[in-house]
Amino acid sequence: MNFPNDVKYTKTHEWVRFEDETTARIGITDYAQDQLGDLVFVNLPAEGDQLVCGDAFADVESVKAVSDVNAPVSGTVDEVNEALLDAPEMMNEAPYDAWFVLVSGITDTDELMEAEEYEAYIETL
Amino acid sequence: MELKKTPLYEAHVRAGGKMVEFGGFLMPVQYGTGVIQEHMAVRTACGLFDVSHMGEVLVEGADAVRYLNYLLTNDYTVMEDGQARYSPMCNEKGGTVDDLIVYKVRDGHYFIVVNASNKDKDVSWMKAHVFGDVAVKDVSDEYGQIALQGPKAETILEKLTEKESIPEKNYTARFDRKVGGISCIVSRTGYTGSDGFELYTAAADTEKMWQLLLDAGAEEGLIPCGLGARDTLRLEACMPLYGHELTDAISPLTAGLGIFVKMEKEDFIGKKAMEEAGEPAMCRVGLKTIGRGIIREHQDVYADGVKIGQTTSGTHCPYVGYPAAMAIIDRAYRKTGTRLEVDVRGRRVEAEVVKMPFYKK
Repeated sequence: MNFPNDVKYTKTHEWVRFEDETTARIGITDYAQDQLGDLVFVNLPAEGDQLVCGDAFADVESVKAVSDVNAPVSGTVDEVNEALLDAPEMMNEAPYDAWFVLVSGITDTDELMEAEEYEAYIETL
Repeated sequence: MELKKTPLYEAHVRAGGKMVEFGGFLMPVQYGTGVIQEHMAVRTACGLFDVSHMGEVLVEGADAVRYLNYLLTNDYTVMEDGQARYSPMCNEKGGTVDDLIVYKVRDGHYFIVVNASNKDKDVSWMKAHVFGDVAVKDVSDEYGQIALQGPKAETILEKLTEKESIPEKNYTARFDRKVGGISCIVSRTGYTGSDGFELYTAAADTEKMWQLLLDAGAEEGLIPCGLGARDTLRLEACMPLYGHELTDAISPLTAGLGIFVKMEKEDFIGKKAMEEAGEPAMCRVGLKTIGRGIIREHQDVYADGVKIGQTTSGTHCPYVGYPAAMAIIDRAYRKTGTRLEVDVRGRRVEAEVVKMPFYKK
């Protein structure tokens, strides 16, 4: 299991990679993709949509089931990774490159965890 | 209720199987390779499934044929030794108690394979309808069952047994055979839509047989497969799954299984209700997902904004490469090419009625 240090984590298994203090890309963690299995579909928000920390903003589907992806922070969607729509397997193959959205004006970052903290949390599951 | 384990439980855990509850058993839903690779292995090479959770029932006695013909919707009058024949088993209302496979061992001796989740219900039902010289015996705990499925299945099996032990025709079986020195029944059947075999062994021999087959098939690309792939494979092949396309309330006629319901038979349980009901208003169709999204089970199907039915199963089909579903809908909309909409968690996704199965070998 991979826990890179350049992203922050949530208990619901999303990652956040900050590009500056209030702008970041968001995706799902290695643990998440491993639990979900082969991913075959993703439903993404639109540019301009508002993310509310803790609320579902996207969903991913494996062959077995659908799962919500929660917003790890609040902010505005600036860009959507359209490439993911055609290649959902990217989320399995390279989860930390397979970003969903680029978000700006970020707030509500208090609950984010560092890699070590997240790894320790995973071990309790 | 305590979950049961098949004779292969330890082998699954050692092999990294992700274990889940199914039909009262702890079963592997997938291994490390994942559902898609397992699915593709079965379509292009070979996959090995533990299906020991399935129930086995013996029906024996001088009146066995008369009994089966009354108990089941299919006709068992003319059958060779070693032949296998699928049938729904219906209740008095024409709904489905279970679907099963009957093997004729010899005159007066039949071996029946039923769904794990229905086994106890089935055995009670069968016993409750016994007449004449018929004995019904649940032998599920005595047997393990392994399914070897895929185009390479025969090549792999040939390494472990002589040609005479391999049934040539689909839906036939050879009894009292040896595969790798282990006694078993070799049946050319399966639940994947690909060629393959199901081997019935003594419970105690199952793990040895599993390992023998895995080793023998290594060079052909044989991998262990879980229930996840079993479900995507059967769905791609449009095979019904009890609890989805068939239930206590769904008649086999509605589920499109009319060829297994012999209305010309003198009598069988459910016949009267089916005759009285006439042609069912609803029928099973295959849906190819046109819009973006994956249609799942129990989602409402619409035509021109009006609800016309519900999906029974749905997922992404790895080999044909598109998401597909089966649904039971108003038969007026069953024509191939009809565009429908499905409510996928509040979003309408377009789908087209297509010919079943989605995959045919």
